[in-house]
Amino acid sequence: MSPRFHAPYPGWDILDKWESPSFNDITRAVLRRRLTEVHARRFFTPAEWLAVQALCDVVMPQNDNPRPVPLADWIDAALHEGRSSGTRHADMPSPRDAWRQGIAALEAEAQARGADGFANLERDAQNAMLRDVDDGKVSTEHWHGLPPQRFFRNLVLAEIVAVYYAHPTGQSEIGYGGPASPRGYVRMQPNRADSWEAPPGDWPDEDTP
Amino acid sequence: MSHAHRPRAIDGQAPDVFSRDDTVPMRQFADTDEVDFAIVGTGCGGGVLAAKLAEAGFSVVAFDAGAFWRPLSDFASDEREQEKLYWLDPRISDGADPLEFGSNNSGRSVGGSSVHFQMVALRFRPEWFAARSRLGYAIDWPVDWREMWRYYDEVERACAISGPLTYPWGPDRGRYPYRAHEVNAAGQVLARGAEALGVDWAPTPLATVSAPRGKSPPCVYRGMCKIGCSTNAKQSVLVTYIPRALDAGAEIRDLAMVTRIATDRQGRATGVEYHRDGQSRFQKARNVVCAGYSIETPRLLLNSANARQPTGLANSSDTVGRYLMVHLNDAIWSVMDDEIRWYKGPPSMACCEHWNYIDDHPDKDFDGGYAFMSQGPLPTDYARTLVTNSGVFGHELRRKMALYNRMAGLKMVGETMPCADNRVTLAEETDAFGVPRAHVTYAHDDNDRRMRRHARAFMAQMLEAAGGRDLLETSSTAHLMGGCRMGADPETSVTDSDGRTWDVPNLWVCDGSLMPTGGGVNPSMTIMANAARIADRIKTLCASGTSERAHG
Repeated sequence: MSPRFHAPYPGWDILDKWESPSFNDITRAVLRRRLTEVHARRFFTPAEWLAVQALCDVVMPQNDNPRPVPLADWIDAALHEGRSSGTRHADMPSPRDAWRQGIAALEAEAQARGADGFANLERDAQNAMLRDVDDGKVSTEHWHGLPPQRFFRNLVLAEIVAVYYAHPTGQSEIGYGGPASPRGYVRMQPNRADSWEAPPGDWPDEDTP
Repeated sequence: MSHAHRPRAIDGQAPDVFSRDDTVPMRQFADTDEVDFAIVGTGCGGGVLAAKLAEAGFSVVAFDAGAFWRPLSDFASDEREQEKLYWLDPRISDGADPLEFGSNNSGRSVGGSSVHFQMVALRFRPEWFAARSRLGYAIDWPVDWREMWRYYDEVERACAISGPLTYPWGPDRGRYPYRAHEVNAAGQVLARGAEALGVDWAPTPLATVSAPRGKSPPCVYRGMCKIGCSTNAKQSVLVTYIPRALDAGAEIRDLAMVTRIATDRQGRATGVEYHRDGQSRFQKARNVVCAGYSIETPRLLLNSANARQPTGLANSSDTVGRYLMVHLNDAIWSVMDDEIRWYKGPPSMACCEHWNYIDDHPDKDFDGGYAFMSQGPLPTDYARTLVTNSGVFGHELRRKMALYNRMAGLKMVGETMPCADNRVTLAEETDAFGVPRAHVTYAHDDNDRRMRRHARAFMAQMLEAAGGRDLLETSSTAHLMGGCRMGADPETSVTDSDGRTWDVPNLWVCDGSLMPTGGGVNPSMTIMANAARIADRIKTLCASGTSERAHG
């Protein structure tokens, strides 16, 4: 099993710089919207919604986050708004159709494994099932016309990380400097940080030389 | 997102890109004015051409499908918001190795992709302009390298490139206009590895100023070049050639999507059909220039088919859309003992062109060359690379991402071979304007695979020599080149060496789609140098009466 997540920058929060020269007006406006404008579900059906939320939990477990990032809500909003990436793979349906079909396929796959749906599988079984989907080891007809790995990596994983690491919570936990305009950075050498960056990280044993 | 929803270059005013909300005067033309040049696209090709032609006294209207930004007030420190700089309308991506578009290689702004490029300002190796006759692969450019190198000088001065006093590879190129930037920790990893392996490295010549220049302040190393520079230190086309074009009397039409080039019964271009602010309009022009880059330029020519040219405009050779190229963009990433904090400074501050300048070596089992650079991806960019390449999720994903500040990377820019079957065609499906979407087919060949293997092994060796461990390999492509190549033979190319289409004497191409080969360096300087050259050629042709222009 993978080791449990250890946060190397406890206490670092890029939002503490809100009033500093690292933030400008447009960045404040954009982040204010990101932090406050969480839309109610508009794209997914109630049944799909349970599976999407479970999927986000497995991909990006946030039980240690006091204020979890509402990943499923942002994915729903992006699909509702028809946000596009510029690329549609010829072997894939449109993003909206791909998500609907993919969620249905995950539900069917979970049912083939004896659960009511993906949300009802045990966490270990959810992990194992997603690894199988990534390996293309799927057993139902629901994947017809939807390559499982491309769906999982290019839509599910890529979209979840795009939301999580665009959020101050995700950015703070990795020690990223956050917004930087008009003030940028001065200290460019290894192991050197400006006073407006995260202090040196606290690394777990397996990551320490 | 805070989009610019309505055109801003209107009523005789254009945005002052150095202000928060001011404007500068702009000359305007009526749709019924037959302008000398209607240019479709305002990036490294069209932006440079618009400025130089307007300065030569031609009447110019340059169209861009994207917005006219004021970076100081429009650009946030936020990856998701700044997706507004990219061409996000879907392209259908097909073939054995389908390409990624959008943020990867396609801009949609006045200033084009230079608004979000990473500012790596390298030159083609001289021999690449004669790849077939000098090096035995691909095809020769119809231009001599010395001429291109003179134009590199010109555009490097125009963009005040910051670079080293001496550059280790190729013929002497004199001094760069601005001094090199201090190399950040990420770049020092490349430097340390190169020195350990005994190969040269250099501070990357970059299009961001290291000292004040006019209204541009020196770079503050905020590291968000790929999502748009909010201080105007970056010398994009938006803050260099576009202001020059406006000063010289060119009109820029932002949020103006050109959908079709019209032709008369003799087959000559008469102007462009375009959509702006909810209206369908037609601009008359004596000459039309396609400068929409390697996907949109072929798409526009193919969509402009007529009874005389049923397979697309300027396509009698069946070359429009073909010989599309990318760069191999594979990377090696590793965990370092030091905190690198690669988000600081431009992403690629150190480079190595070692394998671009070696022809005969027992280990070199491929044609063409590759460079590689140090890396500094922003959080979501790096996370996407990680998950799409490895499929990692759960606590393991968060743990890998938590090493963000300890990571270093080396990423290649590797030359691919021009191949007729790598191409842009029109899809059945149409966009909001009723124009068929681009359908892009791409497959790598064996040479690509050999080069990729070689580069991965070499970059891994260098990273390990620099102290990296837990290496991760990722695969991707970057940049677009070709699709409407220029050449010496009308049977196998779309345009002559001046960018004039063989089939339609008053229809031109001026962008990266002209490139017959891709080289092993980032293409923007080459596209700009070629555009500067074409501008001078057009001036010469007009002066000698062999091209169209207005009188009086």
